[in-house]
Amino acid sequence: MGKLALIFLSAAVINNFTLTLFLGLCAFMGVSNKLETALRMGAANTFVLTLTAVAVWALNRFVLPSAPYLQLISFIVVIASLVQIVEMVIKKVSPALFRALGIYLPLITTNCAILALAIFQTNRGYGLAEGVTFALGAGAGLTIALLLMASIRVSTETAEIPAISRGLGLILIISGSLSLAFMGFAGLLSTG
Amino acid sequence: MSQNTATDDLIKGLWRENPVLVQVLGLCPTLAVTNSVANAIAMGVATFFVLVASSFLVSLVRKWVPDEVRISTYILIIATFVTVADMALAALVPDIHKALGAFIALIVVNCIILGRQEAFAGKNPVGRSVLDAVGMGIGFTGILLVMGAVREVLGVGSFLGHPLFGPRYEPWVIMILPPGGFLTLGIVMLMRAWFQERKKIQAAGLPAKAERKAA
Repeated sequence: MGKLALIFLSAAVINNFTLTLFLGLCAFMGVSNKLETALRMGAANTFVLTLTAVAVWALNRFVLPSAPYLQLISFIVVIASLVQIVEMVIKKVSPALFRALGIYLPLITTNCAILALAIFQTNRGYGLAEGVTFALGAGAGLTIALLLMASIRVSTETAEIPAISRGLGLILIISGSLSLAFMGFAGLLSTG
Repeated sequence: MSQNTATDDLIKGLWRENPVLVQVLGLCPTLAVTNSVANAIAMGVATFFVLVASSFLVSLVRKWVPDEVRISTYILIIATFVTVADMALAALVPDIHKALGAFIALIVVNCIILGRQEAFAGKNPVGRSVLDAVGMGIGFTGILLVMGAVREVLGVGSFLGHPLFGPRYEPWVIMILPPGGFLTLGIVMLMRAWFQERKKIQAAGLPAKAERKAA
């Protein structure tokens, strides 16, 4: 139990996917302009991450031992089809949620955080419970980063800043400061 | 005319449509692996190879790929070349391969590559697609090199592992840590915006000056 908590905490804050590992930056830059979309994007990502963790565990257990060179290709195919299936299921079961998530759902396929999760999970030899915990932690980390960024961006919209820093330059500098803050968590646990 | 198109295909990726600065694609590797010049070069070369090879193949088969499955086909082609690059790096430069870690595999989801297949190689003949990919690849590698150089020089005080400032230099460690990546790219973006703004002001100011002279 202690080990699982460690994995969760480590993925959520210490090795935050977005702010210290630079994963999922496209989504981070793209949909962090409103708190509501940021929250939805975080939730959708967490959901897909968790499913991916289960699928990758199954692949590692049953398929890849006999064909290790197919690792990357099978991961990407599984993630793409998983996102497709999730999209179809949500559309059928809850059209309202489907409309709310909109374009963000298919875009998750090319979110590097998902593939990175699959690779980290494999490299560290996580089992099913560890993998799912890791995915939940990573999802929580992404959501925290998105929410923080969105709240800051909402306030910068009305602030008076030089014209050239409107846009990406400012967002990157803010991310830098956030990342600096997250460095503070580095000493929280001795094992990362 | 055809000469012009070919040159344009090649050079537009360098600055005018630079994949990182203008299209804002491929940010993850730009930030993650530019903590030293050597890593930046390895990443740039690997991405360049995957981009050019995928563009070539995608453009070659574009007439036989049905529209509905084109994205999956592109991804599979890209993933194949990334696997090749991954194995090649592991065999040739094992140290750098280790340092780059998962980010080699993550070239698959580098939006620059899929973006070029969808926007260019899937619609254009082989020659132009390869030129486009070469230009974009050089543009991407260039940014990686700039980032890698700034971060290694400030953060370690060396270039490609050669110390620059002597033993009394106190390295600015934060530059090779994650926040340094965000800050460096942020400053590069700000400089580009400043440059564009100044060009605009100059373009607007020039006719005014000419008029004053005439008067």
